Amino acid sequence: MMVQGLIGQKLGMSQIYSENGKIVPVTVIAAGPCRVVLKKTKERDGYEAVQLSFLEVPEKKLSKAERGHLKKANVPFAKHLREFKGDLKAVEVGAVIGADQFQKGELVDVTGTSKGKGFAGVVKLHHFAGGPETHGSMFHRQPGSIGSSSWPSRVRKNKRLPAHMGAEQVTVLGLEVVEVRKDENLLFIRGAVPGFKGSILFIKRSTRK
Amino acid sequence: MNRLDRIEMGLKKAQIPAFKVGDTVRVSAKVMEGEKERIQVFEGVVIARKGGSHREMVTVRKISFGVGVEKVFPLHAPTMEKIEVVREGRVRRAKLYYLRTKQGKDAKIAEREYTVELSEKGPAAEPEPEPETVKAEKS
Repeated sequence: MMVQGLIGQKLGMSQIYSENGKIVPVTVIAAGPCRVVLKKTKERDGYEAVQLSFLEVPEKKLSKAERGHLKKANVPFAKHLREFKGDLKAVEVGAVIGADQFQKGELVDVTGTSKGKGFAGVVKLHHFAGGPETHGSMFHRQPGSIGSSSWPSRVRKNKRLPAHMGAEQVTVLGLEVVEVRKDENLLFIRGAVPGFKGSILFIKRSTRK
Repeated sequence: MNRLDRIEMGLKKAQIPAFKVGDTVRVSAKVMEGEKERIQVFEGVVIARKGGSHREMVTVRKISFGVGVEKVFPLHAPTMEKIEVVREGRVRRAKLYYLRTKQGKDAKIAEREYTVELSEKGPAAEPEPEPETVKAEKS
C-alpha cells in the first residue's frame, strides 16, 4: 500500500450484519478522497513522509500561506493537512488516495478529538467514589482532603483535582476494518472512535497485531 | 436526511412483506448446526416490532408443547431467508406483551379484514381464514 494512513470524517455509528447474521457495531467514516500534497524526503527534511490533504473548500476559506502551499502542489484547496508514513516511490504529488488503502479485516488506529465535557469534577474526571447521597451526608461529590497541613504547606504536584475534560486528542488502537466501499470512499470500522459526528479523524494502519 | 441515513437505507432488504403486530407469520431463518447450514421455520404471532431502518427486530411468539416460546429476529439480516404472513390479526396495541400472561381463549387474536394497503404481498395472499395458530393449550 502506498500510504500508511488517511484523513477522514466521522459520519456516525450504525450496525451491519456479518455473513452469519451477527450484528456488528460500526463507525462509518468518509475516508478520503485525499490528495498527495508533498513528499518529505530524507535528504531535505531528515525523514520520509507523505502529506495528504482532505475536504475541499473554496479559496477564500484559506490563508494566503495555505493557498500558496497547495498551489505549489497543483492540488485543489483543502482544509486539512496531515503527514503519514508511506512509500515515496509509489505516490505522485497530486495523486488521489481513497478508502481502498485499507482492506477488510485489517486493523487500524484512529485518532480524533474527543467530545468536550467542560469543567468536570473529580467524580467524573478521576473516578473518585464520592460520598453518600443521603442519610444526612453533607459530603457528595467533593474531592475531600487535598493534603496535609503545616508540612508541606502546599498542595503536592499532580494532585488530581477538578479540571477541563475532553476535547483532547485521543487515539483508539487496533480497530478492525469491517467493510470498505471504494467508490463512496467509506470505511466501516468496528467499535467507537473519538469525537462528534462530522469531526476529522486520522486513520492509520495499526501498530497492533 | 443525512449521509449516514442514506447509507443505512442501502443496508435494508429490498423485499419484506408488509405485516403488522398481531399478524401470524412464518419465518424461515438460516441456522448453523456445526458445519452445516439449514433453514429453520418458526411460526407464531408477531408481538412486537422494534427499531427502525435496517435495525428493525421482530418478536414472534408461539406456544410449543404448552410452553410459550419467543424468538427475536433481525428483519434485515442475511440469515433471514423468508417471512410469510399466514394470518392477519386485529389488535389495539403496538406491543402484545400481555399475551405472555394469557392462556387459551384469552390469548386469541381476532382476524383482521383484508386491507388494500397490505397488498404488497401480492395477489396470492387471500383473506382465507387459517386455522388458529395460537392454540388453546392446557398446561
